Amino acid sequence: MIFVEDKDLVVPGDVLADDEYHTGRGTFREGKNICSSLVGLVAVRDKKVSVIPLQSKYIPKRGDVVIGKITDIRFSMWNLDVNSPYSGFLPASDVFGKEKRDLNKAFDVGDVLFLRVVDVDEVKKVKLGLKGRGLGKFRGGILIYITPTKVPRLIGKKGSMINMIKDETHCEIIVGQNGVVWVKGDPMMERVAEKVINMIEKQAHTSGLTDRVRNMLSELLGKEIEEEEIEEETEAEEVPEPEEDQIQG
Amino acid sequence: MAVNIVPEITRKSITELIENGERADGRAPLDYRDISIEVGVIDKAEGSARVKIGNTQIMIGIKPQIGTPFPDTPNVGVLMTNSELLPMASPTFEAGPPDERSVEMARVVDRCLREGKVLDLEKLCIIEGEKVWMIFLDLHVIDYDGNLIDAAVLGSVAALMNTKIPTAKVEDDELVVDEENKIPLSINEKPLMCTLAKIGDELIVDPSLEEEEIMGARISVGIREDGSICAMQKGGEDPVTRDQVLKAVESASEKTKELREHLP
Amino acid sequence: MIIILLNNNNNVRADGREFDELRPFKIEAGVLERADGSAYLEIGGNKILAAVYGPRELHVRRIMRPDMAVLRCRYNMAPFSVGERKRPGPDRRSVEISKITADALRPSVFLERFPRSTIDVFIEVLEAEGGTRCAGITAASVALADAGVPMKDLVVSCAAGKANGNVILDLSEEEDKEGEADLPVAIMPRSGEITLLQMDGHLTPDEFEKALDLAIKGCEKISAAQKEAIKNRYGEENGS
Repeated sequence: MIFVEDKDLVVPGDVLADDEYHTGRGTFREGKNICSSLVGLVAVRDKKVSVIPLQSKYIPKRGDVVIGKITDIRFSMWNLDVNSPYSGFLPASDVFGKEKRDLNKAFDVGDVLFLRVVDVDEVKKVKLGLKGRGLGKFRGGILIYITPTKVPRLIGKKGSMINMIKDETHCEIIVGQNGVVWVKGDPMMERVAEKVINMIEKQAHTSGLTDRVRNMLSELLGKEIEEEEIEEETEAEEVPEPEEDQIQG
Repeated sequence: MAVNIVPEITRKSITELIENGERADGRAPLDYRDISIEVGVIDKAEGSARVKIGNTQIMIGIKPQIGTPFPDTPNVGVLMTNSELLPMASPTFEAGPPDERSVEMARVVDRCLREGKVLDLEKLCIIEGEKVWMIFLDLHVIDYDGNLIDAAVLGSVAALMNTKIPTAKVEDDELVVDEENKIPLSINEKPLMCTLAKIGDELIVDPSLEEEEIMGARISVGIREDGSICAMQKGGEDPVTRDQVLKAVESASEKTKELREHLP
Repeated sequence: MIIILLNNNNNVRADGREFDELRPFKIEAGVLERADGSAYLEIGGNKILAAVYGPRELHVRRIMRPDMAVLRCRYNMAPFSVGERKRPGPDRRSVEISKITADALRPSVFLERFPRSTIDVFIEVLEAEGGTRCAGITAASVALADAGVPMKDLVVSCAAGKANGNVILDLSEEEDKEGEADLPVAIMPRSGEITLLQMDGHLTPDEFEKALDLAIKGCEKISAAQKEAIKNRYGEENGS
């Protein structure tokens, strides 16, 4: 038996279903019951109950692509802030191979990079890497921080939402799975994109968002925007692997 | 004291905007963010205020106590300013005794209020040389989004204007304090402070947190209602030029008039 | 025979409340900008602000745990929160309350999900009127939920006690000062498990049981308000 409906807003401790159901993300089993551990929206798929959190910290997982900022240079690695309780390290060998070089000739404290999470161990030590298409240091542009769970909403089904913003503002946009977004274009357009992205973040849990985003873009840019087939990513379950073209920006 | 490392691209983008006379949040170089002041928010305090500039938020409480005056000024009351940069206000604020940022802020606010002569301290004398009113002003910073000094001074003046203290009289050689009949503090002047940040070679008013994190220097100027300058403080690692100082004073004279309109 | 029932004034409290009545209260979630989560609570004359940062990186290696997050709490009273100004800085009472608050919240949090990190809870009493530690715990739990910290339940806290010879719920400042006993309690409402229990004063075992049950009932009422406060935070942003 299930005691809640899809898209209900629940809080930690709320009883969601009994043992006819399976536990998904954001829930836990207690005796015969499945309860919510977070503030979020219920998602019911077949017999699985999950809670999609409205607020959460990014916990790095292997394979994620993230945007990080260099905070320290050590003997043979850089330390990075990846918008997480856990900082990451990038081994110098990733950049220099076997040669020994001065690390700060490549990257310095304050540089912002697009990286892949190579490995996360049991105590959450995060190893980062730069081998991959499109990974590397950002030049210019601005950074916007959103709650990591809202990344799928920002991207949209098959990238539809983020592509609409890119097309209308003519900006390059790269979304890290850790909730950090990089936008580069004409300075005014960068700010338009920023406003839209912040609005999506605040309203990610609501419906009818695509229309409101289109309207906001029209207003800010002073023009009409065609209603294309935009598929709204309404299910923010698993964070999808970003498409190749998104990594390119 | 923890420090936040600013991403290089953020530093560049903000600096470029400012060099073009624009700011990241769309303000003009001399604009303040939204300001709000509420007074009388803490009943147990004899005076109180809650001030917000942008998302920077400070609670201010005034508590009077009877104490002995300083030996060199036996017939005036005392204003004591203390500030707490609460750890909840920012990930860079740590719990513990006030650090150098907190102490600097409290002393700058104190000097502005004291030299601005906000209070008629002589009226706070009860028995010359023996008993005076000590006005404790406590700044409780609960949310930090840049520019604490201007918010602190603005809120302090509002809180002092809101303050009522008990009447204290000498009757038959005894000090009688009447808590029931409180009278408003005598407010003499309304000095306010305006802070400008130097980014590149430009000066901007009311730096946001992002702007403060990349600024080279800041100049805070305290101006009284009568237009005179009563306090100044330069901060930050970079030097400033004579022209920049004079420009800061000019801007502050104008902007403090606007700020004063927010007082109740 | 006519029986006249007299109103037994001994049972009426100074503020007119019934023996099992809570003071008026309100809770708001998400009131600060920088903190990861926050809450504001008023009950009677109490004004309490709670904020949470975390999970976040822990720099003090000495207390770091490889298998779970540490949860730390700092309870502090503003100098202007009480009648006679309180000198800034922790005193022994604040240190104890900080500890028992952390102890009261810890059982509810899934700490094992965040090894080598810290969850920091900050409670500021802006104005005090009896029962600040209970109000602090209640607000802190809302702040933890607001920050997205996974928990098995919210923790809610309330005090019962005895004053004027009667067992009563939610003591005011005066009742706490003049009364015969004070019993702060915190529970996780779904299971009823008790995570905070202190007692100060003089009660018979019978009175204690009555007071404990009163406190638990009071907690259950406040618990509903906690959930509503959290939900209200997101209700407003729904498409407006």
